Amino acid sequence: MTEALHYDAVVIGAGTAGLTAGARLAQAGAKVCVLAKGVGSTHLAPGTIDVLGYAPERVEAPARALPELISEHPDHPYVLLGPETVAEALAWFERTAAAGTLPGYSYSGSLERNQLLPTALGAVRASALVPETMAAGDQPGLGRVAILGTPALRDFHESLCADNLRAAGVQARGISVPLELERADMNALGIARHLDDPEWRATFCAQVSPLLRDEEHLGVPAMLGMRDPHAVLMDLQHRLGRWVFEIPTLPPSVPGMRLYEILRSALRAAGGRLVLGAEVVSHRRDGERVSEVVTRAAGRDLSYAAPWFVLASGGFASDAIELDSHWITHDRVLGLPLRGAPGPGDTRFVRNYLEDQPIARAGIAVDAELRADGAENVLVAGASLPGAVPWREGSGEGIALASGLRAAQVIAGRVREEAVVG
Amino acid sequence: MTDLVDIAERERLRGSLDHCVKCTICETQCPVSTVSPLFPGPKYAGPQAERYRVPDEPSVESSVDYCSGCGICSMVCPQGVKIAEINAQARDKLKRQEGIPLRDRIITRPTWLGRLGTPVAPLANFTLRFRPARILAEKALGVHRDAPVPRFAGRRFSRWAREHPSPRTGRKIVYFHNCGTEYYEPWEGEKVVAVLEHNGFEVVVPKQDCCGLPLQSSGLFDDARRVVLRLARALAEHVTDDETLIVGNATSCTLMLKREAREILVLDRDPVLKLVSERTYDICELLLELHDRGELATDFRPVHETVAYHAPCQQQGHWIGKPALELLALVPGLEVKEMNARCCGIAGTYGLKAEKYDIAMAAGRDLFGQVEASGATGVACDSETCRWQITHGTQRPSVHPIDYLYRAYGLG
Repeated sequence: MTEALHYDAVVIGAGTAGLTAGARLAQAGAKVCVLAKGVGSTHLAPGTIDVLGYAPERVEAPARALPELISEHPDHPYVLLGPETVAEALAWFERTAAAGTLPGYSYSGSLERNQLLPTALGAVRASALVPETMAAGDQPGLGRVAILGTPALRDFHESLCADNLRAAGVQARGISVPLELERADMNALGIARHLDDPEWRATFCAQVSPLLRDEEHLGVPAMLGMRDPHAVLMDLQHRLGRWVFEIPTLPPSVPGMRLYEILRSALRAAGGRLVLGAEVVSHRRDGERVSEVVTRAAGRDLSYAAPWFVLASGGFASDAIELDSHWITHDRVLGLPLRGAPGPGDTRFVRNYLEDQPIARAGIAVDAELRADGAENVLVAGASLPGAVPWREGSGEGIALASGLRAAQVIAGRVREEAVVG
Repeated sequence: MTDLVDIAERERLRGSLDHCVKCTICETQCPVSTVSPLFPGPKYAGPQAERYRVPDEPSVESSVDYCSGCGICSMVCPQGVKIAEINAQARDKLKRQEGIPLRDRIITRPTWLGRLGTPVAPLANFTLRFRPARILAEKALGVHRDAPVPRFAGRRFSRWAREHPSPRTGRKIVYFHNCGTEYYEPWEGEKVVAVLEHNGFEVVVPKQDCCGLPLQSSGLFDDARRVVLRLARALAEHVTDDETLIVGNATSCTLMLKREAREILVLDRDPVLKLVSERTYDICELLLELHDRGELATDFRPVHETVAYHAPCQQQGHWIGKPALELLALVPGLEVKEMNARCCGIAGTYGLKAEKYDIAMAAGRDLFGQVEASGATGVACDSETCRWQITHGTQRPSVHPIDYLYRAYGLG
């Protein structure tokens, strides 16, 4: 017993990239298992699909800015992926969201024009594909707007948001309602669960409605329901008689959790397995190939064998890439060689935390097909890839979706070839 | 020296809190803090409060008593923080300080209860369903009057097993049947044995007692250690070669053997427990592994039903995915609906306690609603206390997933 469990492909990581790769492989008929140490970074992200927001100036149209980025930054993951794969990945995701377990909840947008959404600080985020719950916040269409806060949600400051929006030329003002909740403070997820309940929603609307002025859009923290956000949005717009939109909050992110749910259910619907709590602690090799990865399960280690692996375990923030006390960077998951890490004597960090930190570009070295150097059957996707600074570029989901999709395509193509030859 | 090693063992859990980046992913999954303000959530009660817990000083807050110990927070943590385990140890310390209520000393000992109730099952079952008696029990002991309590079967599984000759196939399996099977649902054990034998195993049923999990989750760590080590020795006696496996159908009890006793009770250095831990399988885990290797009997007959499957928190704590789901999918005609809810609320004995019953029911409401909306006639779930709670919350019958395989094999 305790022999390896065999799969056609094993994916490491349950973020956007890993779940996309897993779902696509399962849809292509492969026997897939997604292994993850914990839930991925979706729960922390705003739930939008950002392809290219800043390069470094704000990008109007990713479709036009992408070729430029590709020609100027030869090490960027988009060079390997190309605009076509990005477009294909977005189309796949739109279909997947529409067919998912959140009834009627859809994404819209295109690479032709970034939507400009307000952040909780009243700044602007440029995003290619946004959930319907955020669409009415797109700034070119934004006239007068009320930003709603509540004392229970201590991390969302409606006046701060409104003041900064006003400084950017939007006629915004902050309003606040005390909500009937069972605890003094509550995060956006707690309120979202309440808003899923039609009765609670009705009371909520009755409280908010008198505060609103004519022809005013309503911006709310991203909390418009977890189970049925489409119904919550429609109901609020109907009852309040105006456009309503969500503004992403500090974690936990409700729209990010919906994104996870869309991808998770796509994986499961196609028959893929998902194992959480399964940290990859070691692996076995057969020359240039990884033959098995070993996870720590309760009581004993489990081996998962497959002809193909997708590594989508994330970067520094996910504890998958580390900088040790000797100033050496490592891939903590499979020990694969990295690329993009500053060498000895080079600048690793710059003073301003939010600046372009050179160390942040480190990732697993790959070839044009996303295959890891030194492991020909390991494809790399998402934040594990080198060369990008997603939080500055606004490119995280675009890279994750496109590389997840591409990894699945490469594997499916090889499996087909082998089947023909075999 | 031993002291130092002990400290190192303890600090291994505690040390993991330094990895907490306050991302709140654990908070999104906690079944208790979602429905009750009495528990501030795993992040607050765990990595944050732990900084204020100083050895040899009194506990500074008592909300951790409201943690149900489901363990989901640890599973979803992307940074590997042992949140539930840290909280379980904090609960033990709190209980030492505040004293253990008589109720917790009683309801955490299924073996005593089983031995007392079995010979007088009709009377015991009547009393447990007799309203005035339950009101009295609530007032005197603090066991909620509406909490789901099982019925004594009036016979013991081990008695059946002693008289049941398992075919000597040479492929030995040691069956850990747990207290629920022994006193309340002996038929579940008989089905497990039948399914294993159908797959060519020879089933050995050692004399055994409780795994200590109820004691551990109520913060009675010393008693829990004694009990789990005794069980480990009873099972290990039958692990005579490198191939022998131990299989259980109570997923929280197998998890106790595999991981929780080693981690939470800090028994990692007990060699017998370690051996047992490494050899223990959940029944569905074993069968799915057999299937993945092409060794599972697949002579299934169609079962034309719709079943809702709920993976208990403690099943998910095995970190093996949801094997029951894949097994049920093998049965022709059976439509399986995967429930996507966090928890049924019961968490072993948590939902029995008068002050926690309402929280447990509120925590389960999401699942109950999903079961009702699924159109399923029955529910499959790997843990007996969860099944009793689900039936209590939905008025629908619930069985171990193995029931469906048993029927599909035509063994019934």
